[in-house]
Amino acid sequence: MKILVGIKRVVDYNVRVRVLPDGSGVDTDGVKMSVNPFDEIALEEALRIREAGNADEVIVVSAGGDECQQQLRTGLAMGADRAIQIQTGESLQPLSLARAFMKVIEREEPGLVILGKQAIDDDNSQTGQMLAALWDRPQATFASRVVLNGSSAAVTREVDAGLETIEIDLPAVITVDLRLNEPRFVKLPDIMKAKRKPLDVIPLDELGVTVEGNLSVTRHAPPAQREKGIMVEDAAQLVQELKNRGLI
Amino acid sequence: MSRVLIIAEHDGSSLNMSTAKCVSCAQAIGAEIDIAVFGNGIDAVAAEAAALDSVSKVIAVNAPHLEAPIAANWATEAVAISADYSHIFGPSTTLGKDLMPRIAALCGVNQVSDIMEVNSATSFKRPIYAGNAIVDVDAAAGARVVATVRTASWKAAAGSGSAELEQRSAAATQASHTRFVGMEVEGGERPDLQSAPRVVSGGRALGSEEQFELIYRLADKLGAGVGASRAAVDAGYCPNDMQVGQTGKIISPDLYLAFGISGAIQHVTGIKDAGTIVAVNKDSEAPIFEISDIGLVGDLFTVIPEMEGLLG
Repeated sequence: MKILVGIKRVVDYNVRVRVLPDGSGVDTDGVKMSVNPFDEIALEEALRIREAGNADEVIVVSAGGDECQQQLRTGLAMGADRAIQIQTGESLQPLSLARAFMKVIEREEPGLVILGKQAIDDDNSQTGQMLAALWDRPQATFASRVVLNGSSAAVTREVDAGLETIEIDLPAVITVDLRLNEPRFVKLPDIMKAKRKPLDVIPLDELGVTVEGNLSVTRHAPPAQREKGIMVEDAAQLVQELKNRGLI
Repeated sequence: MSRVLIIAEHDGSSLNMSTAKCVSCAQAIGAEIDIAVFGNGIDAVAAEAAALDSVSKVIAVNAPHLEAPIAANWATEAVAISADYSHIFGPSTTLGKDLMPRIAALCGVNQVSDIMEVNSATSFKRPIYAGNAIVDVDAAAGARVVATVRTASWKAAAGSGSAELEQRSAAATQASHTRFVGMEVEGGERPDLQSAPRVVSGGRALGSEEQFELIYRLADKLGAGVGASRAAVDAGYCPNDMQVGQTGKIISPDLYLAFGISGAIQHVTGIKDAGTIVAVNKDSEAPIFEISDIGLVGDLFTVIPEMEGLLG
C-alpha cells in the first residue's frame, strides 16, 4: 500500500505574523518558513504505518513554487520515499488543491491519504474533506488514534464532545490532530540522504487543474486589540473587583 | 433575496447552541432562513430549531443512517435538499468543520471558513494566522456560498419564533464505507466549555493532574466550565477536549479566568472574544497580562484557595 502525505510550506508557527500597512497581505519578507506542523504529524503517522509493515511507500506531495521543494526535502529527510511537487506560482484555494491531489491519487492509487487537519496560515481546514468528497471515499478528520485492520481502519477523532471512533474502509482520507504522535527529529545524515531521493515536478496545468476559485481575499487588517486592563494586589481585591463588575 | 440553509448540530435529544449562532449570522445577511435537521428520532430537536427567531422552515430528515453525524452521509443529504438555497451554513465546531467542506466540494465551491462578521451577502470577515490578521473574503456573484460560522463571534438567536416544520425521508443513500463505532464523553457534569458563561482555565503551572483539581474546585464553586492551555493538555493534566486555543476550542464566555497560563498567541486566539479576562500568573512579564482586564501577579496555589474561602 502507498500512502500520500500532503505537505504545506507555511510561516513558522513561532513567527508573529504582521499585516502589511497597505492591507495587501501579511509580511512574509525574510520570515522563517517551515512545514505546517500538522503535516509533520501526518507524515510521522505514515512513516510509523510503513515501519509497522502496513505500507510499502510514503510519498510527500506539495503544491507551490520551487521554494516548497525545501519542505518536501524535509519530508524526505524525515523518511518519506519520494516527493511530488505540483508546480504553480499561484496560491491555490482548497478546492483547486483537492482537485490537483485527486489527479495525483489517480496516478498513484494510494490506500491512504494523510493530511494535517488545517494549515496554520489560512486556518481553512478544508482540503482533506474536499478531497474525500471528490474521491467519494471516507474521511476521518481530526484523528488522534489510527489503527489499521487490513482493508479498514479504526480512527479516533477529537471532537468537541470528546473522542469519537469511526471505522472506515480503505482507501480513505485521514486528517490529523496534534495528539496523534510526536514527529521525529531529522538527523544530519538523513538530510544528506534526502538529497538523493526522487522529487518529481508536475506543472499544475499538466494535471488539467485551474487556479481560479470562487473566493477572493480583498483586504487584510490587523485584529482589534483588547485594551490592557487593571492589576490587583491579591485574591481579596480580585474577588471584590469581580463582584463590583457583577460577574460573580 | 438570499436563502440560507443551516445544517443543525445536535446530540439526538437537544439542539446545540451553535445552531442559534448560525441563525444570527444568517440574520445579518437579511436572508430567508431554513434549518435542516438530520438524525433518527429528532422531533424534539426539530421543535427547538423551529422556535428560533426568524426561521421560516425546519426540514427534518429522519433515517437510521443519519443518526450519527457521518460527514459522507450528512453531506449528500444536505446537497440533495439544497438546490434552492444561495447559502449553506454550519457552525465552526468540529461537526461543522468536518461536514461543511465536504458539502462545499460537492457543490463545486471553496468554503468561507469561520465567518466572524458579515459585510454583505457575498462578503465576509474571517480570521487567518490564528487571528493575527482579519481578511475580507468576497464570494463570486452567482456561485453558492458554503460557510462555517465562527460561533464565538455571534450571539445565539432568541427562541420565540414558530417556523413551519416539514418531515422528509432521506433523499440520498447511505455511504457504507464509514461506520460509527462509539463516543467517549469526558468532563462529566460540568457546564459545557463552549457555551458556559463562566470558564476557569489552567495552564502548565498547575504542575500535575492531581493539582489540576484546584481548577475543578474553583470552577464548581463558580458554576463554571473548565478549560486548559495546550501545554496543560500536552502534559497530561487534563483531557484534550478541554483545550482552548487555535487548534482547540474558540470560546466567548462572559468571564474567563486563566490560572498559570502564559498567554501564547495560540491560546489567546481562543479567548479573545471573552467578556472579561482575568489572569493570575507568577510571572509579571507573562503576555497574558497584555490582554487581561484584571491581572494578578501571584502564585495560583495560594490565590485559588484564598478565592475559594472568599467565595464561601
